[in-house]
Amino acid sequence: MQLKHLIRHFAVAGLALAAIVPAHAEKTVLNVYTALETDQLKAYQQAFNSAHPDIEIKWTRDSTGIITAKLLAEKAKPVADVIMGVAASSMVVFDREKMLQPYAPANLKALNPRFRSAGATPTWVGMDVWGAAICYNVAEMQKQGLPRIESWKDLLKPEFKGKIVMPNPNSSGTGFLDVTAWLQMFGEKGGWDYMDKLHENIAVYTHSGSKPCVMAGAGEFPVGIAFEYRANVVRSKGAPIDIIFPKEGLGWDMEAIAIVNGTAKLEAAKKLADWATTREANELYAKNFAVVAMPGIATRLKYVPNDYEQRLVKNDFAWMGKNRDAILAEWQKRYATKSEPKK
Amino acid sequence: MAHLEITQLSKRYGAFVALDGIELAVERGEFLVLLGPSGCGKTTLLRAIAGLERQDAGRIVHAGRDISQLSPALRDYGIVFQSYALFPNLSVADNVAYGLNSRRADRRLIHHRVEEMLELVGLPGSQQKYPAQLSGGQQQRVALARALATSPDLLLLDEPLSALDAIERVRLRSEIRSLQNRLGVTTIMVTHDQEEALAMADRIVVMRGGRIQQIGGPQEIYRAPGNDFVADFIGRGNLLDATGAGPQHVRIGDLLLRCAGPAGEGHRQRFYVRPEDIRLHDTLDQGENSFYAHVVKCEFLGAYSLVTLQAPTGDARPLVAQFSANYLGGREIRPGATLRVGIPAEHLRPLPEAA
Amino acid sequence: MKVAGLSTLPPGRRATVSERLGGPLLLLAAVALTIFLLLPLGALLLGAVRDDAGAFSLARFAEFAATPGMATAVWNTLWVAVVVTAITVPLAFVYAYAIERACLPLRGLWRIIGLSALLGPSLVGAIAFIQWFGTQGVLKAWLGETSVYGPVGIVMATVYASFPHALMILVVALATADGRLYEAADALSASRWRKFVTVTLPGARYGLISAALVVFAYSVSEFGIPKVIGGNFPVLAVEIYVQVVGQHNFGRGAVVALLLLLPVLLAFAIDWWVQRRQQAGLSARAVPYRPRPDWRRDLPLLFYCLLLATAMLGILGMAAYTSLVRFWPYNLELSLDHYIYGLAEAGVLDAWLNSLRIAGLTALFGTPSVFFTAWLLEKCQGGPTGLRPLVRALAALPMGVPGLVLGIGYILFFNAPDNPLNGLYQTLAIMVVANIVHYYTACHLTALTALKGIDREFEAVSASLKVSPFVTLWRVTLPVCLPAVLEIARYLFINAMTTVSALVFLYSPATLPASVAILNLDEAGELGPAAAMATLIVLTSAAISLLYSLVTHLLFRRHQAWRQGQR
Repeated sequence: MQLKHLIRHFAVAGLALAAIVPAHAEKTVLNVYTALETDQLKAYQQAFNSAHPDIEIKWTRDSTGIITAKLLAEKAKPVADVIMGVAASSMVVFDREKMLQPYAPANLKALNPRFRSAGATPTWVGMDVWGAAICYNVAEMQKQGLPRIESWKDLLKPEFKGKIVMPNPNSSGTGFLDVTAWLQMFGEKGGWDYMDKLHENIAVYTHSGSKPCVMAGAGEFPVGIAFEYRANVVRSKGAPIDIIFPKEGLGWDMEAIAIVNGTAKLEAAKKLADWATTREANELYAKNFAVVAMPGIATRLKYVPNDYEQRLVKNDFAWMGKNRDAILAEWQKRYATKSEPKK
Repeated sequence: MAHLEITQLSKRYGAFVALDGIELAVERGEFLVLLGPSGCGKTTLLRAIAGLERQDAGRIVHAGRDISQLSPALRDYGIVFQSYALFPNLSVADNVAYGLNSRRADRRLIHHRVEEMLELVGLPGSQQKYPAQLSGGQQQRVALARALATSPDLLLLDEPLSALDAIERVRLRSEIRSLQNRLGVTTIMVTHDQEEALAMADRIVVMRGGRIQQIGGPQEIYRAPGNDFVADFIGRGNLLDATGAGPQHVRIGDLLLRCAGPAGEGHRQRFYVRPEDIRLHDTLDQGENSFYAHVVKCEFLGAYSLVTLQAPTGDARPLVAQFSANYLGGREIRPGATLRVGIPAEHLRPLPEAA
Repeated sequence: MKVAGLSTLPPGRRATVSERLGGPLLLLAAVALTIFLLLPLGALLLGAVRDDAGAFSLARFAEFAATPGMATAVWNTLWVAVVVTAITVPLAFVYAYAIERACLPLRGLWRIIGLSALLGPSLVGAIAFIQWFGTQGVLKAWLGETSVYGPVGIVMATVYASFPHALMILVVALATADGRLYEAADALSASRWRKFVTVTLPGARYGLISAALVVFAYSVSEFGIPKVIGGNFPVLAVEIYVQVVGQHNFGRGAVVALLLLLPVLLAFAIDWWVQRRQQAGLSARAVPYRPRPDWRRDLPLLFYCLLLATAMLGILGMAAYTSLVRFWPYNLELSLDHYIYGLAEAGVLDAWLNSLRIAGLTALFGTPSVFFTAWLLEKCQGGPTGLRPLVRALAALPMGVPGLVLGIGYILFFNAPDNPLNGLYQTLAIMVVANIVHYYTACHLTALTALKGIDREFEAVSASLKVSPFVTLWRVTLPVCLPAVLEIARYLFINAMTTVSALVFLYSPATLPASVAILNLDEAGELGPAAAMATLIVLTSAAISLLYSLVTHLLFRRHQAWRQGQR
C-alpha cells in the first residue's frame, strides 16, 4: 500500500530531524547574558571551553538596553547565572538593585584598578573600554559635497540634514554612552540643546550600536555615530569610511562581567569570571578594543589612533547609573517618535 | 414475536417531528418497503433501525434482542445507500471483503467469499477493478455484495436505485428482488418511487409526517388505500363526494351511480376512482353508470393517454381518465369533444372517513 | 459468518470501544486547543486589566493612552493598512482576472509568480525595496525626495507581501463564475464594461470583501516589515515588540496586543459573517465560464501580468543579488562571501537548521493533529453536547489572532512561574506548537473540505460491517484525502519556515529560527547576510513546494485508476 510507504518516509524524515537535534552531554550549563557583538562571542567561548570543557555557555545576546531591561524584569527570579560584556553603567544599576554577587576573580590584582566596582570585594569587574567614534563615508562625502567633520558640533551643520544615523540610547549601550558623554561634556542644558539640534539632522535612530557604522559604510547614510570596534571592522572590510574621533572628547563605557546574586551554579560562574580576568582573555579583548583591563596588553588597532585612551571623556559611572532612568525617559520624551523601530 | 419489532418509536429535530409513535413488525424473510414523500420520516426510520440515528423514545427489538440503545457496530445488518458509498481507493474485491477482513478470516476463505458474492450479484471477475471504472448499476451491485458478504441478518436499502438511470433501475430492482428471494434475508428498503415499491415489496409501509399511513401488500395498498393520502400518493385517483341515494346507489353531483357496497340514504360518503378504471363508451351507449363528459385536455404518453374530463360531478375538480392505446384502438380524443364515459360499480371504491 | 456472541455482551455496553473513543479524543483536542490558544489569550486579557500587584485595574489602558507617540502609532497603523488594502486588492483583482478570465499564454506561470512572495518571510520584500529604492538604490530617483524608510517603504513591502494572500482568494472567487450569466448578458448585447460591472464584480464581491479584510488584517499585524524598512515611523506591531522585548513591560505589551487583536478579530468576524451569507451564491446548475480569446482584452492584461511578474521577480531577484554582492554598493563583484562568512562562519547557519527542524516538526505533528481533529469533528460521534461547536469555534479562532498577539499570550501564559507547563517556555516544542496553532484555521478548513468531499456514509457502512472507524480512517479516508493532507503539510512547513511574528517572542538563543535571524542580522546592519538567509529560506520553501508538486503528481498518476475526476 502506497500510504504505508509514505508513512515510513515520514517516519524516517522525522527521525532524521530528531537526529539533527544536538545531543546534550552531561555538562554544567551556564546561562550568560551578554551584549557583546556576535562576532566576538565565538572566540571567547572557544578559549574558555578549551580551559573548561565541562562548562557549556548558553548565551542570551541582545543589545545593552534590552539585556538590561530583561535582567531587571527577571530580578525576582533570575535566569542568568553570569552577566558578561554588559555596560558598566548598567552594572551600576544592577548593583543598586542588589542583583550582583560580590566576587574577587583570581587575577583581580593584575588589572587596572579603574576596571572594577568600588568596595572591598568588587561586584563587577571591567573587561575593556568601548568608546564613541564617527564613521564617515568619504565616497559619499565627495559625491554629495559634504563638509569635513572634526568635532561633535560639526554634525549640527545644515548640510547633514537627514544624513546622520545614531543608535537609540534606550536599546543601545553605545547610544547611551554618547548621550551621557554629551551631557557630561556640554553640561545638562548644553547637552540637551545639542541633542535637540542634532535631532534635526538625524535620519534614523537605530536599535543597535553597530548598525549606524554599517549603514555609513554602505553609503545608505553617510554619517554614522558608532563605536571604535565596529568602525574598525567595517573599515577593515573595505568600506570607504573615515573613522573620526571628535575633538571635544569621546564618550565611553566599560564592558564588564558580574555573577548574578543567588545563582545555583556559583562554582562554574566563578570559573568564567576568573577566566575573564586572565591574560589570555585580555589578549582576546585587545583584538577588538584599544583599551583593556590588563595594563600593557593593548595592541594598536589598525584604524584607531595611539592616543585613543587620552581622548576619552571623564566618566562617572555612579552618576550614569543613578540617572540612567531619568536620562532615558527624557530622551524618549523628546525624540521617541523619530526612533527607528527598536528590535 | 416478529423478527423485527418496533414500538412507539419517536424522533424530533427541534420542532420538526421526524417519527411519531411508529409501530411496525417485520417478519423473517420479508421484503418490506418504506414509501412516502420526502420528509415523511422513512429514511429516519431506516437509520434508526441501523442505529445511525438515535430515537427519542421507543424500542427496537431485533431477533429477540433489544437493540434500541446499541451502536450500529453492535447491531446485525448490512446496508446499501443511494450513493453506493463504495471506498474509491479499494478494489472491488477489497470493498466486498471489507467486513470480512476485520474478522481476521482466512485469506482463502475471503477470496472465495468475494468470488461467490460477485457471482451472486452478476459481476464475476471484476475483483481488480476500482469503483470509478464501473457504471452506476455495477457499483450498486458491488455495494450489495459488500453488504451481504458478512451474511447479515437484516438488509437495509436506502433508496438504492434512485441514482440510476431508468433502464438500469428497472433491471436492478428485479435482480435485487430475486436475490432477496433466494437468500431469504429480511430486507427493509426505503424509496419514494411508488412503482418501485409496488414492484418489489412483500409489504409496503406508506408514511407521511412521521406517521405510518397504511401497511399492506402492494395490491391491497393500491386497490384499497386506507385514506385520501394513500389513495392520492399511490397511483392517481379521482376523489368523489357522494350522498347515499337508496340501496347501492349514490348521488355525485348530477349523477346517480350504482356502487358495490350498501349506501345509507342521505349518508355522505367519499369514493375514489382510479383513472384506468374509467371506461369509454360509444356515444349513444346508455350503459349503467355512464355519463357525458367534455374533454378539457388530452396528454398522449405513448402506451396510454391521460384525459382530463369535465363531468357533472358537482365538483370543480376535473375527472382524470387513463386509456391505454390498445383500448382506444386508434380513436382520437380531441379537447372540446364530448365523450360518453362510465365508472363500473365495482371500481367506485369507498374511502374510509377522512383521516 | 454471523457475529457470534453478541448476546453475551455485558449489559450496559452500548457501543464498541473504538466507537466510544471518538468523544474523549475530541475532548482531548478541545483541551489542547484551550491550553494552547484560549488560555494564552485569556492570560493576555488578564495581563492587560491587572496592575503589577495583580488587582483588577484599567490603569494600563490609561497609561497607554497617555504614552507619547501611541496615538500616532495607532493612527499610522490604521491608515497604512487602509492604503495597503486599497492598493493590493485592485492590483490582485486585475491579476486574478487576467489569470481566470482571459486567454493568456502561460497561465500557470503567472499564477506561480503571483504567489511567489509566499515562499519567503515578509522581510524579503523590505530588504529588496531598501536595495531598490534606498539611498544607494538603483531606482531611488523614482521616489524623488521621499525616503524609502518610512510609510512609503512599509506600504510597498506590505503590498508585495500581502499580494499573494489576496490573489489566492480572488482567483478562487473568479474561477467559480456562472457562464450562463455572461451568455445572458451577451444575448442582451451588453457592453464589455457593463458586463464587468453587472456580472463580474457582483459575482466576485464576496471574494473582494474577503481579500480586503485579509489584507487589512495582514497589514495591521505585520511586524517584520515596519521593523526593517519603517525608519522612524511608529506602528502598533512594532510598539508591542518595543514594550515586550525592549522594555520587558509585559502588561503594556498586553494592552497593545489587545489593541491589535481587536481590528483583526473584527475583520475576520465580518468576513465570516459575509461568507455565511454567500452560501446560496452559485447554484449547482451553474455552467463554468470559459473565456474566449479576445486580443483587445488579452493583450493589455498580458502586458499587465508581465509588468507585475517582472516586478515580483525583481524583488526576489534583488534579495538574491544582494546576498551575492561582495560589498554593496562599492564592490559589486559576485561571491558567496555572505553565505560563507556572514552565515556559516558566523554560526548563524544554525538558525537555518533550527528553522528546518521547526518547520519539519510543525508539519510532522501539525498535519496529523489538524486532520485527526477535523476527522473526529466531521466523522465521529460522541462527546458531551456543546463540544463540537466549541471545537469548531476554537478551530476558527486562530485566523483572527495575529502571530504577535499569540506570541505575547504564550509569554504571559507559559512564562508564569506557577504554570506547570512553564518548562515548555523557550523550547523548540513551544515554537512548533505556536506555529501549529497560528496556522490552524486554514489547515482545518482544508481538512474539512476534503472530508466533506467524501461520501458521508463511509462510517455508517463500516459500522454495519463491524469495522472500527479508525480502521476506515486508515484504510479509506486517509488515502482518499492524501492530497489535502500533503497540502496541509506543505502549508505548515512553508509558513513555519517564513513566519516571524509569533516566534520572535518565543525563541531562545539555541532555538533562533532563520526568519528571526534575518531581523537580527538586519538590526546589526548586515544586509548581505540577511539577504543570504532570506534567499536560503526562499530556496528551501521553493524546494518543498517542488517536492509537493512532484509527490502529488506521482500520487495522481499512481492512483489514476481510482482518482478520476478528483483533481
